[in-house]
Amino acid sequence: MTDASLNSSDAPRKGSLHVQDAQTTRRNRAEARFKGYGIAAILVGLFFLVVLAVSIVRSGAPAFTRTVVDVQFTMSSAQVQAAENELFKTKAYQTAFIDALKTQLDARGMQVEFDNAAIERLLGKIGGDLRTFYAENPDQIGQEVSFQLPASSRVDRYLNGDLTRDDIEDSRFLMKADLDLVDALEEAGIIRGAFNWTFITGTDSGVDNPGGAGLGASVIGSFFMMLVVLVLSLPIGVAASIYLEEFAPQNKFTDLIEVNISNLAAVPSIVFGILGLAVFIQFMHLPQSAPLVGGLVLTLMTLPTIIISTRASLKSVPPSIRDAALGVGASKMQAVFHHVLPLAMPGILTGTIIGLAQALGETAPLLLIGMVGFVARGYPDGVMAGFTEANSAMPAQIYTWAARADASFYEKAWGGIIILLAFLLTMNIIAIILRRRFERRW
Amino acid sequence: MSFLKLTASATAIAALSTTAAFARDNVQVAGSSTVLPYASIVAELFGDNTDFPTPVVESGGSSAGLKRFCEGVGENTIDVANASRAIREKEIKACAENGVTDIIEVRIGYDGIVFASQQSGPAFTAFEPADIYNAIGATVLKDGELVDNPHNSWAEFNADLPDAEIAMFIPGTKHGTREVFEEKVLLQGCEDTGAVAAMEEKGMDEDAIEDACFDVRQDGKSVDIDGDYTETLARIDANTNGIGVFGLAFYENNTDKLKVATMSGVSPSTETIASGEYPVSRPLFFYVKKAHIGVIPGLKEYAQFFTADEIAGPGGPLSNYGLVADPELAKTQAKIADEVTMGEGM
Repeated sequence: MTDASLNSSDAPRKGSLHVQDAQTTRRNRAEARFKGYGIAAILVGLFFLVVLAVSIVRSGAPAFTRTVVDVQFTMSSAQVQAAENELFKTKAYQTAFIDALKTQLDARGMQVEFDNAAIERLLGKIGGDLRTFYAENPDQIGQEVSFQLPASSRVDRYLNGDLTRDDIEDSRFLMKADLDLVDALEEAGIIRGAFNWTFITGTDSGVDNPGGAGLGASVIGSFFMMLVVLVLSLPIGVAASIYLEEFAPQNKFTDLIEVNISNLAAVPSIVFGILGLAVFIQFMHLPQSAPLVGGLVLTLMTLPTIIISTRASLKSVPPSIRDAALGVGASKMQAVFHHVLPLAMPGILTGTIIGLAQALGETAPLLLIGMVGFVARGYPDGVMAGFTEANSAMPAQIYTWAARADASFYEKAWGGIIILLAFLLTMNIIAIILRRRFERRW
Repeated sequence: MSFLKLTASATAIAALSTTAAFARDNVQVAGSSTVLPYASIVAELFGDNTDFPTPVVESGGSSAGLKRFCEGVGENTIDVANASRAIREKEIKACAENGVTDIIEVRIGYDGIVFASQQSGPAFTAFEPADIYNAIGATVLKDGELVDNPHNSWAEFNADLPDAEIAMFIPGTKHGTREVFEEKVLLQGCEDTGAVAAMEEKGMDEDAIEDACFDVRQDGKSVDIDGDYTETLARIDANTNGIGVFGLAFYENNTDKLKVATMSGVSPSTETIASGEYPVSRPLFFYVKKAHIGVIPGLKEYAQFFTADEIAGPGGPLSNYGLVADPELAKTQAKIADEVTMGEGM
């Protein structure tokens, strides 16, 4: 009987719910397919994330170690005097150091033939480090000091396994024969790998001195820029959105403003850079390459993001809260500031932090206001100087390094990306924690 | 509305206090990305070796740098423009219009331009200017006729070259390197292939011929690179047949990845460029605003330090990095010491 009714297509469906008919099977299959697509999409996304993370970590990890030379070195005051009388003082310091190292190695009886020029090729640009040390510690002149100074970038890459003997052609940078000396020094424990603190705390260096390059100064530059962005864009953004959302009358004019804010959020960041160059530098005569100008430009870029997210979180506060406040006699402003704003705060903070994170990673506008190049050369002397003295920012520094000829700088660029990502991750985690902690559900 | 008022007045105060002029105590440099590496070496050493703060050196290309240089005199303009070519008449005029009249020209040395391909790619080991012109010129001479460049492979016009697809990555027009490439390679090749003679026969005047010779084919076989040499290197890495135009110093830093070709039978090196045997080289310059000397502390000292024998001379850090030392460095040093501007006693 059931068979007959199932087979006749005209008759209304009478079968058991436990038996799937063709249409149900089709619908279930479509659902399973859709789930499959979803999982596939997530897997593809995860795959790219893993590829990205692995390649960043693999390329960037070498930046966090460097090859150093451990040497006991004494510089007499006569030597310091002589060096200070030269024009190229750091070179004189370096020569004195190389002479001392050569004497020490000769006394040890190394099994390899070498001369001063070979040692010079193995060492990085160390004269600056030496001069700075003796200028800061004049009491150490004439004393034996134990130094850890960077080896040259090619030695670094050789010991990393990035360069092999076959890759190296004899040049003024490195000779094949020098590698025997490197091997011997490594065996003697004079050359070794060490964690590269300079990379985290240091400043930018010349293109021939990758061992001395660091991201520290540009981290400070980014910090001052973010300070400007936070101090300006948070109050302006929140005030603007409270007015637009709670007080402004609904008319054509406010509609126009709303449309423009949404459009502004989609404007490419380089446009803000051009605006910054024209208004802040050429018209207002603010200093070039200064974090203050960078911060102002990024403020313009971040404002729409903050306004949009603030308005969304103000909207999500239920009207009953406002009505209740107004009902017990609060003024409109009291209702907003005592009741609505505190409830909207987690959303506002999240939007702000995400806006800041976006600004932190922005390079394009900084190109135009002079923060790309050889800029991040020193730590600012004070808070005011931090805003006005020429400095770079993390993404601009990474961009600069990636353009340099020496492959060691390319590694440094990847290492810089790791540090930048760590900052972004921290900011996003703070945003999540704030949201979790203060979120209210209705 | 007290909150709004407060914010408004706070921002107004902030804006006012920041418009006050800042006394600048560091030298500000911008310009050629070819000179940037040398300038950054000197800037670091200048900061390490003197009591002056380290100069700020920005990149951006010769033309962009000179444009900013010519914007006027004053603390918010740059003091020094780096250039991988000499300043043009047009630019001197633009400078003069904005009050930048006294310019000191400083030649720091020479730089070679090399043609290099992937280590493992086809054997591009020897080029003549004619080969380059045949490969990427817009109009070439084929069977006695001037035609739109029909070549797809190098072997089509020179049997000694590999039968590989033409793919050249040349500097974009904002680079000073492009000008040297046009004059020393394309124009030379244009003459050598007989294209110039054919154009003369057609009755074109000298300027039109030059323009035609500088024209590069637009069908994708020749790509303008507006970024730095690292971008060219990345493009070559991705294309076995690719040939890139690099500075000598950049090539010497990447010998493990690049294979260099000879030009007119001469292989590029600091020696062959210094002696003038290698044909594609150009002088590098920087330009100093005389009006800023004495106003910006350390400006003259920076120029003097840059051109000192210990720095820019043979064996110094610049020549060690790949700059070909200028044999007439002493003249340049005297010029800076006396602050001789362009047009004075030159």
